[in-house]
Amino acid sequence: MDTDQLIKTLAADNGHRPRRVSFVLALALLAAAPVSILMFMAELGVRPDVMTAMHNPFFDLKFAVTLALAAAAITISLHLSRPEASLGGFVWLLAVPAGLLVAGISGEMMMPQRLPMMTRLVGSNSRVCMTAVPLLSLPLLAASLIGLRHGAPTRPALAGALAGLLSAGLAATLYAAHCPDDSPLFVATWYSIATALVTAIGALLGSKVLRF
Amino acid sequence: MREREDEWTGLMRLAISGDSAAYHRLLKAITPVLRAAARRGLARAGQSVDQSEDIVQDILLAVHLKRHTWDANAPFAPWLFAIARNKLIDALRRRGKRIFVNIDDFAETLADQPAPETASPTEVAAQLQGLPARQRDVLQSIAVESASIKDTAAKFAMSEGAVRVALHRGLASLTAKLREP
Repeated sequence: MDTDQLIKTLAADNGHRPRRVSFVLALALLAAAPVSILMFMAELGVRPDVMTAMHNPFFDLKFAVTLALAAAAITISLHLSRPEASLGGFVWLLAVPAGLLVAGISGEMMMPQRLPMMTRLVGSNSRVCMTAVPLLSLPLLAASLIGLRHGAPTRPALAGALAGLLSAGLAATLYAAHCPDDSPLFVATWYSIATALVTAIGALLGSKVLRF
Repeated sequence: MREREDEWTGLMRLAISGDSAAYHRLLKAITPVLRAAARRGLARAGQSVDQSEDIVQDILLAVHLKRHTWDANAPFAPWLFAIARNKLIDALRRRGKRIFVNIDDFAETLADQPAPETASPTEVAAQLQGLPARQRDVLQSIAVESASIKDTAAKFAMSEGAVRVALHRGLASLTAKLREP
């Protein structure tokens, strides 16, 4: 097939309308979410005192942080699915979840505390957090990578890292409903370590599967 | 330069809205530019420029299959060149590696077997043979025999919809095969 023939063939296929990357990503995430939710319900479940916990602003802050992280990562990864896109100012979206955490930590510092700082930081179940968040994020990570494969990221490792951040943010949102530790210090430490792990896995996988 | 790129953007907008003739014109217009870029890239990397057509076809396939990532409000050229650059780097990397890996195998055979003078068929043409029969038949009918979708459907007793599906799948699997090491 010479190039003229190829061009003719491509033009003949112009009727085919590919879906937008955002649509495919949303579809993939919607398909994977029940898997993560089932894993969560089967192994962890919502913490028993959730009704009272909801009145604690630091419990609610966890969801604000993790959802802000997921939303920022979704926006940036969709931006990066365009080949000519550079990270640019988009990276500052990640300052939103980080800023929320910092605000939370400062807020907590100013309040009278029953527990010493180290106790709040170490928490009571950091090991569960470190295991659960990466495991819950795996189905979501796979979905994110499938969705982003539909795009054309010219920096596949970076796009993969954002898929990792995105899935860790969503997985941490689930996990936060189980986690008995509400201190922003705990979140900043252990959630971040778990998220960093998933981000690294995403970057590694992305560098392989997101090439086009 | 500026005018040419504005024209491309206009043609691509028409193409996205369903104008296949504009799409054909656009692909024709960008091909010489892509070819020159591919030749330059190969020459700079110290590789034979006769592989440039493989790279051009690889870029055209990527442009086609990823065209939904182009934002119709943005100029077309930066998007095109980002795809082209990505494909060129990829091709140079792959070819560089292949030559490096196989240098010992080639050392003996090269001495007594001179490389063929005639241009070899492109990778796309070679991979076409490995496609499922239906996709291959449809692609060949449209590409080589210049048949329309309608004529192709009549020839193989398929519906036009089935021809369209086989055509698109064929192009997607061709691209996937080109990516295999």
